[in-house]
Amino acid sequence: MITVRYDDKIVKSFLIATLFWGTIGMTAGVLLALQLADWHFNFGLKWLSFGRLRPVHTNAVIFAFAGNAIFAGVYYSSQRLLKTRLFSDVLSRIHFWGWQLIIVLAALSFVFGVTTGKEYAELEWPIDILVAVIWLVFAYNFFGTLVKRREKHLYVALWFYIGTIITITVLHVVNSLAIPVSLTKSYPIYAGVQDALVQWWYGHNAVGFFLTTPFLGMMYYFVPKAAGRPVYSYRLSIMHFWALVFLYIWAGPHHLHYTALPDWAQSLGMVFSVMLLAPSWGGMINGLLTLRGAWERLRTDPVLKFFAAAITFYGMSTFEGPLMSIKSVNALSHYTDWTVGHVHSGALGWVGLLIFGMCYWLVPRMWNTKLHSVAMANAHFWLALVGILFYVVTMWAAGVTQGLMWKEFTADAMLAYPGFVETVTKLKPYYWGRALGGALFLAGMIVALVNLWKTAKGGRFADEQVSLPGEEPAHAKSTISMHWHAVVERKPLLLALLTLVVMSVGGIVEMLPTFLVKGNIPTIASVKPWTPLELEGRDMYVREGCYTCHSQMVRPFRDEVARYGEYSRPGEFIYDRPFQWGSKRTGPDLHRVGGKYSSLWHLRHLQDPRLTSPGSLMPSYAFLLEDELDLSTTQRKIKVQRMLGTPYTEDEEANAVAIARAQAREVAAELERDGAPGFENREVVALIAYLQRLGTDIKKGGL
Amino acid sequence: MEVLFVLIPVSVALAAASVVACLAAIRGGQYDDLESPRWRMLFDDRRARGADGLMLNGEKEPTGATGPQTRRSNPL
Repeated sequence: MITVRYDDKIVKSFLIATLFWGTIGMTAGVLLALQLADWHFNFGLKWLSFGRLRPVHTNAVIFAFAGNAIFAGVYYSSQRLLKTRLFSDVLSRIHFWGWQLIIVLAALSFVFGVTTGKEYAELEWPIDILVAVIWLVFAYNFFGTLVKRREKHLYVALWFYIGTIITITVLHVVNSLAIPVSLTKSYPIYAGVQDALVQWWYGHNAVGFFLTTPFLGMMYYFVPKAAGRPVYSYRLSIMHFWALVFLYIWAGPHHLHYTALPDWAQSLGMVFSVMLLAPSWGGMINGLLTLRGAWERLRTDPVLKFFAAAITFYGMSTFEGPLMSIKSVNALSHYTDWTVGHVHSGALGWVGLLIFGMCYWLVPRMWNTKLHSVAMANAHFWLALVGILFYVVTMWAAGVTQGLMWKEFTADAMLAYPGFVETVTKLKPYYWGRALGGALFLAGMIVALVNLWKTAKGGRFADEQVSLPGEEPAHAKSTISMHWHAVVERKPLLLALLTLVVMSVGGIVEMLPTFLVKGNIPTIASVKPWTPLELEGRDMYVREGCYTCHSQMVRPFRDEVARYGEYSRPGEFIYDRPFQWGSKRTGPDLHRVGGKYSSLWHLRHLQDPRLTSPGSLMPSYAFLLEDELDLSTTQRKIKVQRMLGTPYTEDEEANAVAIARAQAREVAAELERDGAPGFENREVVALIAYLQRLGTDIKKGGL
Repeated sequence: MEVLFVLIPVSVALAAASVVACLAAIRGGQYDDLESPRWRMLFDDRRARGADGLMLNGEKEPTGATGPQTRRSNPL
């Protein structure tokens, strides 16, 4: 007999981190929901303003809550499926503490306005490098465990883990490529349309390979275990895996419908997104039917209750996703709260409930006891479920309402709601409803914390030790003939490589053409680089997370052209690093805002948005009127931009600061003429200079 | 339009490759044993005992009480 002692301590650490960061991330979410209902909930602190807090929330729930849960689930199930202790205790510990360090650094950097301005990839380059290193530690530890395994066959859950590890590595590296200006600032190597394509290729696959495949792997392990029933169809699970890996990577452009992305790329993204319905629902059916024969236990077993609901939400959101990626549906849904609702039905419903089910199953096992209170777990379930439904239904209603209001014309062919703010104040009741839904979900989480804490206290934690039969060598001969898939399954590195190939083909086909073929992005002669001051202003726009509420992309629709002006052309963004097209309009689009208002209007609007736009939800940015304009890195910024091919002259680089100061004086002089003196050395002049330039170059070209 | 010179060959090659892979999988009998893995993962390994014959993990012997945590040794 061989005695194997599993490393459950590392699973315990990751579980505790999951619950800890989950609570923080969801608290930030509830605070953001309240801020959208009433902006005063930022308490007048710039560190808590919506644009800075949103990445804290998204990164905390994705990479801290879901991330730690993935590591806990993967480490627990892999040891059992491979019948061996993890490859290296040291690597496991580095992985754990490294990941927690990343989370702390991330949260701090976001509240201080250090961000790349690319959604779900906001981390600046030093933290990005740390993420890559720690992720590779995880990969090494996982593949090391695969190599020293005592079980020849790789159970389907492990393939999902392999797919996750490889894909996330590639996505993270490709999307994060940037040239540093300083420790806290960098410019991406991609600009405009290309940056957008790479970003949403990353963004969509982060959903696919961080929030879907690892959790599907966990579903294929924990659901059969908890139900005591084998997975409904092993064949279906194999098809589910390969089809998902192959199809997911093509779907990214559905985030960019009707934007300045080439049309063929949009259609390709749409078609593959619709096809994704098949493997997704195959997996959903496979998960749900695993419970067949155990349905009656749903009434008594909270673990199965959470799992069944999670899989149902997986089915719902993977139906809604393809639906929303159809261009004509997207024309209504995009930039509205419908997207936010969709994301949360996946995040709270699928990922959240699956994690809680896993916790309720794991904690009693690992602490060798019974769950403290089934009643509390049931209470948590209903709080979470009602919370999600509140959230999703209010966001559907808000999204469709706003989308229709934007598009509504009067009989005189005028916009029915010309003031954008009308379409937002209309949504306030829904925003309160959403905050209530989020608060209910968070309340459920607190009940879970108490319940799991008491469970752990009532038990005794110890690493599980098992006896395995025989002294057989790790890779004994099989009597079953080796077919190619069986061969692949037994060679983790080969399988890893194949996954990489399958997955990168999609990415390369989509990205290479826009990189290589100049004709795809017509340049416009009148579009010039940002001046040094405008560049500083643009970096402020990125710093404050303006893109979390404002898009810079006028779609070619009648209502958008009537509301904002000329629709956006690909050639207008060639100097935008990062692109700032945005994905949600809580405020109006800003691509054509340049020259629309006076500089004084902008000053007053930033000071207190309600001075110029009564009813506005936007927080006050009065600190921009007080904080001193910092031009210490301007010259380096121009230098880096030149390295990346932006056509600044040598003279412009050498005199960057002087040029910026001169323009700041001009803006300040204009403000002074209008009665607001003394802003020459304040941050606000740079931001105003940027906003006044936005989208105006094309007009000089005669459009 | 130059983009088509990259797109079409890669797409066709890709589609062809997946058809070939699928046929090879079916002919190669890849799906011959799709039954045992799903059952095998359900069976937990026997927990090790110390020299005194007691479980090493500090838990009591399974007594058959109800609840999800007792379905440890034989899930069926």
